[in-house]
Amino acid sequence: MVDSVTAKLRQAPLNAVHRVLGARMVDFGGWEVPVEYPSTGGLVAEHKAVRVGVFDVSHMGDIRIHARRTSGASLAAVQYITMNDASRLAIGQAQYSAMLYPEGTFVDDVIVHRLGEEDFLLVINAGTREKDNSWVSEHSKGFDFTVVDLSDSYTQLAIQGPRAVDLVQKLTYANLNKLGNYWFTHSRLCGLKNILIARTGYTGEDGFEIYIPSDPKTSGDVWAMVMSAGHEFGLIPCGLGARNTLRLEARLSLYGHEISNSINVWEAGLERFCKMEKGEFIGRAALEKAKAAGLTRTLVGLEMIDRGIARDGYRCLNEGGEAIGVVASGSPSPTLGKNIALAFVPPANAALGATIYVEIRGQKSRAGVVPIPFYKRARTIAPQIES
Amino acid sequence: MTYPTTYRFTKDHEWIDIEDGLGTIGLTDYAQCQMGDIVFVELPAVGATLEAEKPLGTVESVKTVNEIYSPVSYEVIEVNSELKDAPEQINSDPHGSGWLVKVRLKNLVEIAALMDAAAYEASLAPPKEA
Repeated sequence: MVDSVTAKLRQAPLNAVHRVLGARMVDFGGWEVPVEYPSTGGLVAEHKAVRVGVFDVSHMGDIRIHARRTSGASLAAVQYITMNDASRLAIGQAQYSAMLYPEGTFVDDVIVHRLGEEDFLLVINAGTREKDNSWVSEHSKGFDFTVVDLSDSYTQLAIQGPRAVDLVQKLTYANLNKLGNYWFTHSRLCGLKNILIARTGYTGEDGFEIYIPSDPKTSGDVWAMVMSAGHEFGLIPCGLGARNTLRLEARLSLYGHEISNSINVWEAGLERFCKMEKGEFIGRAALEKAKAAGLTRTLVGLEMIDRGIARDGYRCLNEGGEAIGVVASGSPSPTLGKNIALAFVPPANAALGATIYVEIRGQKSRAGVVPIPFYKRARTIAPQIES
Repeated sequence: MTYPTTYRFTKDHEWIDIEDGLGTIGLTDYAQCQMGDIVFVELPAVGATLEAEKPLGTVESVKTVNEIYSPVSYEVIEVNSELKDAPEQINSDPHGSGWLVKVRLKNLVEIAALMDAAAYEASLAPPKEA
């Protein structure tokens, strides 16, 4: 009835900690991850707790691309294999980007961190780790640099919510108020030297992602220090379930849903992260053609008018009952108290306020096209621009 | 939570409380724990006739959609209308106020195929750790 963990799954270093906390564990891209912690209130409580919550996202992958300082090879490679313009990144800055197939569809979305002049860290998805690594290796032949898969070297914790800054500040001397959105620093954290602290996340809230050595002892110690530092702010551990509802409200894409190997950049609505003018990159030619041909489907936000929840994969229908599209992600929204969804529909059906129908167990249920993101946080932090 | 000893249970985690040929059907505590916060319930209409092991309705949590199956064959005589606005009652009181439907049983012999509380609890024993 409910998905449970059976096959041999990969376990991140904090697996035992989550089990002690009574987390419900599920399979996510071959990894055993905590989906929610019933003992601390479960998914909805976790979602609402993301005033400050901590997520173990160690299953995510990390690829480092580096070369001699003056060679230009790393930057050239990153520019070629990702769609955003990495040349705009200062050292210490990160950007949302994606690796594309020649068809202009998605290998994966990534966060590109510029560690040095010729040193980049790409943070990638769990389910696509092996594919991403071979993609990078294969398409960077001819560039004179080194690619290292660091995925198993890090325990990655995402500390998210408006109070995250106060929490993380207790653990480090780095001045976090000076760290803008999508900037990072290397600093002492929890007594550990040279820890990557990035003001990034996947919740739509302010927050940080920290990358600590993955041995279970260090990971467990840092987890305990974070929990104890967070006590005064009401920190609770949050699972992948709350991570998903938070990212959906913030309209952040999830691989296999809003982006995939059959969805292109324009359809996914990610043009602001795709810099056609930067020069050649994989997927560019196809995107130019696709743009000239015009969109056949586009991503819209839906809010259910009738009762019922539009779920991933449900069909979208027009008034006459003909299939016109598909739901990419759908869920109740704990923040809004409504049932929301992201769906692909033809541009003709995508106008704000338009009514479309979602087929829920054979029933035509009314939904309205609404602006996205569904939820936008109040911006309170130093506004260095996301590039 | 303990499972009421007068109830009978299915492997799909429904319970039925039977008295004088009438039954009340709900979801077990184990089921609601596994699903998490329940946000939506879809139930049949009063008067509907359902067969054992056929879908009786749908329960959705934030994360999952779950079909509920009929433990036995019956006619629906009452639907828990409070669940429409307060589906979380299934979480807070799965064996009581979170009941789903009241029914008139068609074939009392079918009860023999259901588990008692002890057998049901035994079936929930956690899988061995690797």
